[in-house]
Amino acid sequence: MLLAMLPMATPLAGAAPFQNALNPTGIQAAHIYTLWNVMLGVCTVVFVATMIGLLIALRRGGRGDETTPAEVARFGDPERIAHRSVVASVAISIALLLFLLAASVFTDRALARLPLQNALTLDITAHQFWWEVQYNDDPPSRNFITANELQIPVGRPVIARLHSDDVIHSLWVPNLHGKKDLIPGETSLIQFRADKAGDYRGQCAEFCGWQHAWMAFNVKALPPSDFERWAEQQRHSAPEPATDIAKRGRDVFESGPCGMCHNIQGTNAHGQFAPDLTHVASRPTLAAGRLPNTPEHMMAWIVNPQQFKPGANMPAVPLSPDDLRALVAYLQTLK
Amino acid sequence: MSTTAPELRLPPSRHLTPPEVRELERTWSDRPGILGWLATVDHKHIARRFIVTCFVFFLLGGLLAAAMRMQLARPENDLLGPDLYNQIFTMHGSTMMFLFAVPVMQAVAIYFVPLMVGARNIAFPRTAAFSYWILLAGGVFLFVGFVLNIGPDVGWFAYVPLSGPQYSPGKRADWWAQMITFTEVSALLASICIIATVFKLRAPGMTLTRIPLFVWASLVTAFMILFAMPAVMLASTMLIMDRLIGTHFFNPADGGDALLWQHLFWFFGHPEVYIIFIPGLGMLSSIIAPFARRPIYGYPAMVLSLIATAFLGFALWVHHMFATNVAELGKSFFTAASMVIAIPTAIQIFCWIATLWTGKLNFRTPLLYVLGFFFILILGGLTGVMLASVSLDTQIHDTFFVVAHLHYVLIGGAVFPLFGAFYYWFPKMTGRMLSERLGRWNFWLFFIGFNVAFFPMHILGLEGMPRRVYTYPAELGWGTLNLVSTLGAVTIAVSVLLFILNVVVSLRRGALAPDNPWGAGTLEWATSSPPPACNFVDVPIVHGREPLWQPTRGPEYVTGLATHAREVLVTSVVDALPDQRLMQPDSTIWPFVSSLAVSAMFVGSIFNPWAIVWGAIPVAIALTAWFWPGREETRKALALEKAP
Repeated sequence: MLLAMLPMATPLAGAAPFQNALNPTGIQAAHIYTLWNVMLGVCTVVFVATMIGLLIALRRGGRGDETTPAEVARFGDPERIAHRSVVASVAISIALLLFLLAASVFTDRALARLPLQNALTLDITAHQFWWEVQYNDDPPSRNFITANELQIPVGRPVIARLHSDDVIHSLWVPNLHGKKDLIPGETSLIQFRADKAGDYRGQCAEFCGWQHAWMAFNVKALPPSDFERWAEQQRHSAPEPATDIAKRGRDVFESGPCGMCHNIQGTNAHGQFAPDLTHVASRPTLAAGRLPNTPEHMMAWIVNPQQFKPGANMPAVPLSPDDLRALVAYLQTLK
Repeated sequence: MSTTAPELRLPPSRHLTPPEVRELERTWSDRPGILGWLATVDHKHIARRFIVTCFVFFLLGGLLAAAMRMQLARPENDLLGPDLYNQIFTMHGSTMMFLFAVPVMQAVAIYFVPLMVGARNIAFPRTAAFSYWILLAGGVFLFVGFVLNIGPDVGWFAYVPLSGPQYSPGKRADWWAQMITFTEVSALLASICIIATVFKLRAPGMTLTRIPLFVWASLVTAFMILFAMPAVMLASTMLIMDRLIGTHFFNPADGGDALLWQHLFWFFGHPEVYIIFIPGLGMLSSIIAPFARRPIYGYPAMVLSLIATAFLGFALWVHHMFATNVAELGKSFFTAASMVIAIPTAIQIFCWIATLWTGKLNFRTPLLYVLGFFFILILGGLTGVMLASVSLDTQIHDTFFVVAHLHYVLIGGAVFPLFGAFYYWFPKMTGRMLSERLGRWNFWLFFIGFNVAFFPMHILGLEGMPRRVYTYPAELGWGTLNLVSTLGAVTIAVSVLLFILNVVVSLRRGALAPDNPWGAGTLEWATSSPPPACNFVDVPIVHGREPLWQPTRGPEYVTGLATHAREVLVTSVVDALPDQRLMQPDSTIWPFVSSLAVSAMFVGSIFNPWAIVWGAIPVAIALTAWFWPGREETRKALALEKAP
């Protein structure tokens, strides 16, 4: 039957496994996946059984038309067999629902019991239409900020405090965990762990305006030593540009409108309204998953962001071709 | 519609002379001409307009859905941009929920509840007329906004702060919120009419235990509307005030609360699902009995299930908010409640299967739609059980899985029964039969198209596709299933076109319908097809649950009601014992005029809060004229008065 067509053990061919609730790579998503299989099994059995009952009823029932006298004698008839069958069916339904309720509650409990020793703590803030991630450390001088990407060590739990800067968004990386809303004026928490190295895509799951569709981010789960190396790299300020063209690019960034909104640690640009670009060249995508991070795409994006993400808050920046090339050359040095 | 209907055949009376019958018919008829048309208070005319209007909105909502399916048919499609796409999905949801699903169910109730309880008209007929005009105004208002590029674009749920003044400047969100006001006024007033009709205008002898199940369903729904709609009216009013006069109900920066909106909205929004679903259940019972040639098995269980569903429907709203930071223990309560509500529906489904099992089946189009309901609704109900689980919901909430689920529930639970009911009651409404052959094509294309369109969405949701995205990247691999879904949508469109063709052709050339073409047992089939203006020349007296199936017993009809005045018999709530003769108000233009005045006030208030003050003046004038007692009516009423 149709329900049985729902993918059970393996995701359907063709769909990407890196944004998929049916391909859990973290313990939280695995718990939910187990519950899904239980639910799917029980519901398939119920559906098939009810349909068989209906088909038998249709075959067993006699045939008649509008002239067939209606059996009003049924009013006085207690109809014992029908009574017993209905009561039994309802009783079975209640038992199955209780079973599913228990399965659901036990899954909730398993999710709440994620061991949290040595957890990595993050503050994730959603903006229309991008993600800001702050990695917290002790002392706070070791904190650093990145945007639209999350790198996490495999096997180490992550506690993320969730905030929103504007409207309601929802954080969702289906391979790792279910979603959690980011609500302005409130802080919510999500705890998860990646158990397998790899790249997983996440996406905003609460309608948040024009570019809800392009508010994605990448989660890279990597071995702890690689993670530490990456984190150390992120803590550094932007390097002094080495070439003339890159120097000119930095001047364009600092003297143009860019620094009004963007921050590059180690320069005069300290804008807080848009993604931190201190390490922009090390990220896989531009504009929250909209474009691959190549110099050509970066150029196209700066010249006309509205072509790719209409409604995004980044304005088109009119620059001479030389300035543009210099700017992109500089940004490419921000590894 | 009426011009093509066959000549009205006045049924012979068993106690009135032919001139008296003609006088009775004249008394209840509309005045001629366009003014008479606008002034009608005949529930059948109001309901027919209501149904046609809602169906037009259904078609418009369907076209919007088709536009969305075209955009999503392939990845990174640029047919629609985000601006238009967001407007379209908001318009689709708002139209289908507020302008089609709720009002069409009420419209069918306005037509058939008075007929099924043996009344000559609905209670408060002028209010019913007003309810129609205000819904029409609200619907026209919404679509005019859309055409003028001020169509709402914040979703049919309009979550704050996205819909608030800061993130939705302009008038779009106001347009949405004010459309809510229009439709809610309409729904609340129609509910009052339906409740009063069921409680006070039932034919003598129709005790509470003899009310047809569709009437029970309409009654329960009307009560749900009374309790659910005020929550959304409150919420939308607070939103309008935040946007127009600078209150801060939902502004967290000023002590407001963004989640408050969700509680208020879903306190309405979840019962709303059952407001749409319960009338569908009533229609199913109405169809199954005559097509299985026996009464529905387990009448008391059926009625109690409807009432239980209505109560439980108010205890589920947080299951739309499982991804927010509402306390976890509280969420578990809503998991349990959401699972419990499956039980009353299961009881009804098992009772229907028992009815079919023991019946003699007449496989006509209405019954096909019932069988389609079983398949689709049970599947949708089971995915609903999945969504009730907090942890599973965090994965599938706000994904295409939910889009699939809600369409399985609403199309399976409401639209399939509605189409079945349309085939079933069309002969009564028009005096013509619909074509059986086109009906079968219509059904099978709809059934197959529906499953092709919506089943793949379950998989898409699990594979990570969120709802309300105007496009998606190719590398996620969602393209194939989306294309399949679009093909299914095209099939549904073909099916609906066949339905329209069937209606148009049958209105002109369909076989003439006898009074009771299906051999059914309820009172609407006791009068002619279509019914005369007075509904029943002889108001029936009821002696059983399926009056037309049971052997006739005396007395069979009510005598003593005036023929020259719109007199109806008011009966007691529980036992339907005759209580008093009540004179119903005459046709009048004032409900129509009042609706214009109220609409002007509602629309004006979007632009200037003073419109409420100045707009109240024409509203007060129109309402005063509406309630002003007519000299002729008063004279008649006094003449008919009898000392006890």
